[in-house]
Amino acid sequence: MSANSPGSTQAAPRNMEEFMEGIWERNPVFVMVLGMCPTMAVTVSAINSISMGLATTFVLAASCWLVSVMRHMIPKEVRIATYIVIIATFVTVVEYAIQAISLEVSEALGAYIELIVANCLVLGRAEAHAAKFPPLAATLNATGMGLGFTVGLTMIGAVREILGNGTLLGVSLFGPNFQPWVVMVLPPGGFFTMGAWLLLFAIYRDRKARRGGGGVAAQGASHGA
Amino acid sequence: MSVETIAAPQVTPTGQLLRVLGIVSAVCGLIIVGSYQLTLPAANANRRLALERAVFKVVPQAKSIVEYYALPTGGIEQAKPGAEAPVTVAKFYAAYDDAGKLTGIAAEAGAKGYADTVRIMFGYDPACQCINGIGVVSMKETPGIGDKIRVDADFQANFKALDVKLKGDLSALANEVKTVKHGTKTNPWQIDAIAGATVTSRAVGKGINDAAQFLLPKLVPNLEKLKVRS
Repeated sequence: MSANSPGSTQAAPRNMEEFMEGIWERNPVFVMVLGMCPTMAVTVSAINSISMGLATTFVLAASCWLVSVMRHMIPKEVRIATYIVIIATFVTVVEYAIQAISLEVSEALGAYIELIVANCLVLGRAEAHAAKFPPLAATLNATGMGLGFTVGLTMIGAVREILGNGTLLGVSLFGPNFQPWVVMVLPPGGFFTMGAWLLLFAIYRDRKARRGGGGVAAQGASHGA
Repeated sequence: MSVETIAAPQVTPTGQLLRVLGIVSAVCGLIIVGSYQLTLPAANANRRLALERAVFKVVPQAKSIVEYYALPTGGIEQAKPGAEAPVTVAKFYAAYDDAGKLTGIAAEAGAKGYADTVRIMFGYDPACQCINGIGVVSMKETPGIGDKIRVDADFQANFKALDVKLKGDLSALANEVKTVKHGTKTNPWQIDAIAGATVTSRAVGKGINDAAQFLLPKLVPNLEKLKVRS
């Protein structure tokens, strides 16, 4: 895995690599298992998951860009304080934006929007990546991570919504006689679904490794930010 | 004593630390204030729309609304636009049709549910002195259990002509609005709870009762004043 070697010369493939890293190889939800608080809390429906994921993506991309722009001027003694101020700024921006776009979404996500400040994925990316790479690479990597987070959340949210509510994106799938599996929209359902997906990915990785593909994905878990 | 000096770790001068923190805070402050100013009109418009939608849901014939306060000393007063409501008053909304005739009253009610305050909007019909329709304004009740108050058809049926007549002297409700156990509703002032969601159902009943006990004794004697849109 060469994604983290700064001395790469081919710009275009490298940018692609930066972007794809978070979506597949080091997916924040299923490989790095970061940012579990919103992952468990807001994934009761697909639309909540998508909104939360996109809000996080914006915060990630914007704060990593700004951290990267300012990386030479920020002394290491105050770097965490600086990153948190920057992250909190963009979380506030995204909160205002959501209120302006849709009150319903804002109410559904509640305090979890504010809690993006404390999402370890965001601070982790700022510290482990954006502080070391130029703005373009940092922003691409953060956007990829954010979209990977969105995909992960949506995969959990869709399963929970289908089983726990009988709908997907609000569209009824099984008709009025479906008895919803209520536990799936309660907190335990989040853990069940997350566990099931992790199991599926583990089986997939195991198979791939045994076929001799050399586990790119299998390594990922040990590379947590 | 040997004077072997260990290479001192690079120290950033205090002035520079402060300067960097100052610059970062200033940049972030500008971003926050800018985005607040940019989104404020849209956010306010959304809030107004949400309120109107909530009122129109419980008074479906309504075309326009006027906000009023019911004063704790009795009597009512039209709200001044843009002003914050004093905490002692109860807000309510007089809803008018196209011709400016009063079609109903909407008011908010709230009571502690299972997770947090359940806030609802109810429509009061002065002609039958009853509540016709409720809508949930906000709640954090358990999905699939408590939040059924929003969709459960049997529960919603409680709010077709829910009796909130006042006593002869107009000082209080003739019969307290009360949530009863599922399947035991016998009177028009009772609310049949959702089986398995009793706590949330009770919160709705208690919220309506508290709000009606406060609001209606002040509102009903003044209904004439509201008959035509001012």
